[in-house]
Amino acid sequence: MELWFTEEHTENVRFSIKVEKTLHTEQSEFQRIDVFESKEFGRCLTLDGLMMVTEKDEFIYHDMIVHVPMASNPGIQKVLVIGAGDGGAIRELTRYEGIAHIDLVEIDERVVAVSREFLPGLASKFDDPRVSMHFEDGLRFIRTCENEYDLIIVDSTDPFGPGEGLFTKEFYGNCYKALRENGILVNQHESPYYENDAKAMTRAHSRIAPFFPVCRVYQAHIPTYPSGHWLFGFASKGIDPIRDLDADAWNRLGLKTRYYNTDLHAGSFMLPNYVLELLEP
Amino acid sequence: MECFGSPGKEPYMNSVSEGKNGLSQSRAPVYEALQEYKSLRVVPFDVPGHKQGRGNPELTEFLGKDCLAVDVNSMKLLDNLCHPVSVIREAEELAAEAFGAAHAFFIVNGTTAAVQAMILSVVKPGEEIILPRNVHRSSIAALVLCGAVPVYVDPGVDKELGIPLGMSVSDVEKAILAHPEAKAVVVNNPTYYGVCSDLRAITELAHRHGMKVLADEAHGTHFYFSDKLPLSAMAAGADLAAVSMHKTGGSLTQSSFLLAGKNESEGHIRQILNLTQTTSASYLLMSSLDLSRRNLALNGVKIFDEVIRLADYGRDEINKLGGYYAYSKERTNGDTFFAFDTTKLSVFTRNIGLTGVEVYDLLRDEYGIQIEFGDLGNFLAVISVGDRERELERLVSALSEIKRRYSKDPYGLLDHEYIHPIVDMTPQSAFYADKISLPIAECAGRIAAESVMCYPPGIPIVAPGERITKEIIDYIIYAKNKGSFMTGTEDIAVNEICVVKGR
Repeated sequence: MELWFTEEHTENVRFSIKVEKTLHTEQSEFQRIDVFESKEFGRCLTLDGLMMVTEKDEFIYHDMIVHVPMASNPGIQKVLVIGAGDGGAIRELTRYEGIAHIDLVEIDERVVAVSREFLPGLASKFDDPRVSMHFEDGLRFIRTCENEYDLIIVDSTDPFGPGEGLFTKEFYGNCYKALRENGILVNQHESPYYENDAKAMTRAHSRIAPFFPVCRVYQAHIPTYPSGHWLFGFASKGIDPIRDLDADAWNRLGLKTRYYNTDLHAGSFMLPNYVLELLEP
Repeated sequence: MECFGSPGKEPYMNSVSEGKNGLSQSRAPVYEALQEYKSLRVVPFDVPGHKQGRGNPELTEFLGKDCLAVDVNSMKLLDNLCHPVSVIREAEELAAEAFGAAHAFFIVNGTTAAVQAMILSVVKPGEEIILPRNVHRSSIAALVLCGAVPVYVDPGVDKELGIPLGMSVSDVEKAILAHPEAKAVVVNNPTYYGVCSDLRAITELAHRHGMKVLADEAHGTHFYFSDKLPLSAMAAGADLAAVSMHKTGGSLTQSSFLLAGKNESEGHIRQILNLTQTTSASYLLMSSLDLSRRNLALNGVKIFDEVIRLADYGRDEINKLGGYYAYSKERTNGDTFFAFDTTKLSVFTRNIGLTGVEVYDLLRDEYGIQIEFGDLGNFLAVISVGDRERELERLVSALSEIKRRYSKDPYGLLDHEYIHPIVDMTPQSAFYADKISLPIAECAGRIAAESVMCYPPGIPIVAPGERITKEIIDYIIYAKNKGSFMTGTEDIAVNEICVVKGR
C-alpha cells in the first residue's frame, strides 16, 4: 500500500511526498495538526494540511530567518518570536550567547507539545532559561509592548487562517512600536512565484513599508514550500542588512551552519527582476 | 432528519419540546420543503426565469448552483407567504414559539416592512402615536404612509457621550396624559447604541391607558435567547415587535420577524403586510429565517453567552488602550438608560481627538475593518453569532494603532446635544405638500418636507413636518464635514433640503 501526502500549491499544481507512516493527527482549538514520517524528508509537520517543516530542509528556513538579522546587528539582546511553535527558530537563537531574553508567542500550545514529542531535533531549546513562552495571539501580545525588543521574528503560517492577523497593518504598526531604536523585524514573507502567494507577498510588503525606513526582502531556496522559492522580509528602524553586516564579527562567533554564510547573506538580498518588479510600490 | 446542537438543550425563554402544531424546534419546515423540492427534480415552467440558475451561468457560478436551485417561486409544496397554510405557517408557528410570541410573521422586505406593518396596523390617518424622536427612518416613513400624528417624547441624553438614550417612564406618562387618545407607544429595544428603556414599566403604563406597545427590536434579536441581556419585548408584554433576525441572529440580510402578542389579530396584520410586501417572497430569505430560528432555539443560549463574553473581552481590551471609552452597564441610570445590551461594542472616541466617523473611516480605509457606524463622538462594532476572538484582536490592535498614529487634541470637537424637534405639520402633510428645494444654509425657519439623516444609524436629524433651525443646519454641515454619510433628501449630494412652499 502506498500513502501520499499531497498539498495543493495552486488549484492546478500538486506537491506530494510519500508517507511511511503517520505519527500524529489532532484537531486543536485553532487548526489541524499532523506529523508523518517520510523517506525523503524525514518527519514532517503540517498545519491544516500545509507543510510547515520537514526534518530534512528545515535548516534552510531557520538559518535564514535567524542568522540574517543576527549578523546584521551583533548587539541584539532581547528577541520576540511570534509563531515558531516547532522550535526551530528558538534553537538557532539560543546559540547566541549575547541574547539575554527570548519571548516566544505561539497561539496554539498544541503545536509546541506536538513538536516536543515528535520533532526533538527542532523543539530542543524551549527549556533554555532565557526563553519565556506565551500561548496567546501574537497580535494581542504585541499591543502592549513599547520600545522593548531588538529583534522581532514573525515565523507565521500563511495569511489564511489563524496567522492572518500577523500580516496586517495593525500588526506591523504594533511591531514598529515594540521595537527599540535599532530594532529589526524579520518575517516569513511568502513566495513570489505562484499568483496567490505573490499577492500575499506584495500585500505584506506594502503594509510593512510605510512604517519602516529600511524595508528589504531576501530569499532562500526551500524545497518543500510552494515553488521552492521563498522570501523573508527584513525591516528596520535604521539598520541596513548589507551595509551594517559585520561579517568578521559573525564569523568569529564560530557558529556552524549548513545554509547560511556571510557571503550568501549579501547575495540573498539580490533579487530576480520579476521579484523586484512585484515589490515596486 | 439532520439536527445540529445538543439535543435536549432548553432555550432560555421557551420550551423546545413541541409547538402548537406538534413540531419540535429541531424542525425547519421551509428548509425541509426546499430539500424535498430539490429531490423531486421538478421541471420549472414558472418564474423565476433563470430556471434553477441555467439561464444565468455567471450568477450561478458566483452564488453557487445550490443557491440558485432553491431560488424559486411559491408553489403548493412550498406554501405562499401572502397566505401561508402549510410549511410557511408551520415555520412561523415555530418562530412564534421560539420567541415567546402568539404569532410570528416571516418578513422578506427588511425590518423596515415589519416596523411599518406594526405602525400601520394600529393607527389610522389623523390618529396619534407616541414615539421617541430617535426612531429609525422606517417609523417616520410609516407616518408619511398612514397620516398618523407623531407625539414625540424626547429621549434622555448622556451628556458626556453625546448619545440619545431611551425614554423616561415619567416622560412617557406625561405624553400619555397629554394625549389620551393616542393609540400606541413605540419603544426602541434597544437603541442603535444598545440602550434600553424600562420596557416593562412603559408597557404596563401604556396598557393601563388602553394603548398598544410597539417595540422596534431591529437590534434586539438576541434578547430572546439570554437571561444576561435586557428584557425582550414579548417577555415584557409588548403587543408587537419588529425583530431583525439578520442583524444579530444569522439569517440573510433583509429577512426579519414581526412578532405579535396574544391580543393582536393575525389576519389584520397579514392584510397590512400584504399592502406593501412582495408577492414573490424569496425562499433564500425564508429558509435563512427558518434555519437561523432553529439554530437559535436549539443553541441560542450557548451562542449568546459566547457573544457576551467576546464583547466584554473586547470592551476590557479597548479600555486598557486608554483614550477610548468602551462603555457598558455602568452608564445605566434606572430610567432613560435602564439597561444595556452588552453585545454592543459602543465606544466613545472624543478623548483621542477623533470623531467616531473618523475612527470608522480609518478602520475601513487603513485596516480593512468594517464596523457598523460612527457618529460624532462614538462608534459601534456589532458582535454577533459569527464572531471569533481573532477578528476582535484585529479590531483592538487597529484601535491601538489609530490612537498611536492619529490621536490629537480633542479641542474643537462639537459637543452634540439632542435637538428638540419642533413639529409644525404631520409627516404626511409635509411630505405631500407643495415644496421647493433650498440650499441647506437657507433653510432656517422653514418646514422640512423630507428627512435628513446620517446613515447609519438612519435616525432623522430632521423629519418631514419639522421646523428647520439654525442648530439643525449647523449640525448637518458639521456632520457632513466630518465625513458622515448623509441621506434622506431628494438631492443625492445632500446640499439642498426640500421644504414646504410658502411656510
